[in-house]
Amino acid sequence: MTALRITDLVFRWPRQAQICLDIARFELAAGERVFLHGASGSGKSTLLGLLGGVALPQQGRIELLGTDITRLGSRDRDRFRADHIGFLFQQFNLLPWLPALDNVLLPCTFSARRRERAGADPRAEAERMLRHLDLDTASWRKPAGELSVGQQQRVAAARALIGRPEILIADEPTSALDAERQQVFIDLLLQESAAVGAALVFVSHDQRLAGHFDRSIALHDISTAMAEQPE
Amino acid sequence: MKAVLRLAALSAWSRRLTLGLTLVAIALAVTLLLAVERIRVDARQSFTQSVSGVDLVVGARTGGVQLMLYAVFHAGAASNNITWDSYQAIATHPAVDWALPLSLGDSHRGFAVLGTSADYFARFRYGDREELRLRQGQPFAGVFEAVLGSEVAQALGYRLDDRITLSHGLAELGPEHGDKPFRVTGILAPTGTPADRTIHVSLESISALHLDWVGGAPVPGVKIPAEFVAKFDLRPKQITAALVGLKQRGDVFRMQRFVNQYRGEPLLAVLPGVALDELWQGIALLERTLLAVSALVVLIGLAGLAATLLAGLNERRRELAILRALGAGPGDMFLMLTAEGVLVTAAGALLGLVLLTVASNLAAPWLLDRLGVVLGTRWPGREELALIGAVITTGLVASLIPGWRAWRMSLADGLTPKL
Repeated sequence: MTALRITDLVFRWPRQAQICLDIARFELAAGERVFLHGASGSGKSTLLGLLGGVALPQQGRIELLGTDITRLGSRDRDRFRADHIGFLFQQFNLLPWLPALDNVLLPCTFSARRRERAGADPRAEAERMLRHLDLDTASWRKPAGELSVGQQQRVAAARALIGRPEILIADEPTSALDAERQQVFIDLLLQESAAVGAALVFVSHDQRLAGHFDRSIALHDISTAMAEQPE
Repeated sequence: MKAVLRLAALSAWSRRLTLGLTLVAIALAVTLLLAVERIRVDARQSFTQSVSGVDLVVGARTGGVQLMLYAVFHAGAASNNITWDSYQAIATHPAVDWALPLSLGDSHRGFAVLGTSADYFARFRYGDREELRLRQGQPFAGVFEAVLGSEVAQALGYRLDDRITLSHGLAELGPEHGDKPFRVTGILAPTGTPADRTIHVSLESISALHLDWVGGAPVPGVKIPAEFVAKFDLRPKQITAALVGLKQRGDVFRMQRFVNQYRGEPLLAVLPGVALDELWQGIALLERTLLAVSALVVLIGLAGLAATLLAGLNERRRELAILRALGAGPGDMFLMLTAEGVLVTAAGALLGLVLLTVASNLAAPWLLDRLGVVLGTRWPGREELALIGAVITTGLVASLIPGWRAWRMSLADGLTPKL
């Protein structure tokens, strides 16, 4: 079973003449871990937006776990994303006023499927993950805004992984770290995504990080369009 | 749902300073709005309750409202008195069932002294035809005996058989009738009417007080000690006003004409209900203006809420984009935003009610004393609840504008909030 299949995709931003993304075919097997490399302005964020279902292509199909999300309504796409995809953002996107543990539990609040897959007691599962990611227990109940960058990153990773989503999408999650800790975090992420059985798309402009992945792809190899996108 | 509300509460708590200030602004606005409404209703209530079963109020010719004000509410001074002969002519008129003479003008430490007949306690009705009840003692029987209103007794700490001296005129420091002290024979139960603030004495006592007075001042060199007043003719020569009850209500206009056309001196008879209506009409514009001003104040408070929420939108924009990325739907967002708006306005309204209760308890004695308005402490009435409901609804609407904008932004921002 494929985790992700893109077919004949064409995307153009509204009111822009140039095509931003033009992907004839791209596939990701279940549990596969791919490093997606792209320079700034190559359409990385746009592709992630399409995968997350917040933007719709003008042409083509995006199948996630066998479902063509371009045919879903916007509310169903939102729900599909929450149910099946874990996102890890560059800025972590934690709610700064919410305790770390509650940040981890957010996907279980809005997705029944993630809640079910988190086990009988999602809170215990969140604690287990934070412990596994080596976050000291004293930080669990602190508001996320009070944690260090490294701690926030681990909270964000736990949040992306809770409830065992089939696909994990990481968008430059290591850009705030120095080189040594970058590699440690990537190894941790590879290990954790393997543990929950999620396919991983790791997006970065930094090709030096590609080493430990099953596959490394450059965006300009799969997309024939090279248009600048609005940031 | 519970989890979403918990998120809303935690989110609001993280912005507690700005929201708290907004809440206080709304609370003050609500206090003002409810205070205006409550004073308006209570003032009407107090006035309407003050007298019952009286068909005509008779006094010297003046304005109808003014006559009501001084005769019934003991507010202000009479322009003129009426003679005892005129009163007798009215009281003995065949259409008249009963009449109560009222003689005002003296006071005791700011409380009005009312000279009247002993009938007063049996005849006078207030509220829903309720009788005056004595909480202690009995009505005055002789000269220099007084029955105190409940408020007088309470405020000045008087008990039965205490001696009090009256002052001439309504000023608190007027010349004293110090040589002729009164004995307290009775204390009335509270009525919520001007009777509570009145000292009731007999007409004869009023005459006796003024035996050695002429034109509002003691006659120099003449002293008539209290023990000798009984030797004098104490029948009153003039009174201030009279309350009249008729045998048949249908005679009221005939009787009114009789009084107004009385040949002996210029008199005026008013129907209490008509005079009160005149009073309400006179102050209706003021009431409406006050209500409109306080409604504006509430709007300003709510505009402040909307402004606060809009100003915090950048913060919320990020928050909502994150929640949306994690699967929060329009319903969840709507719930979070409206819950906050409703929470802040409802808490503001509640705080406003508390402030109002505290303020009205503090101000009640003063209002009663100065304006004769009995300000009750009570649960909000239907009209007040409607006002509070309107405030909360407006708060909800005010919080929807920033909410809608935030939702639009979260759609445009996609998964990565741009800041």
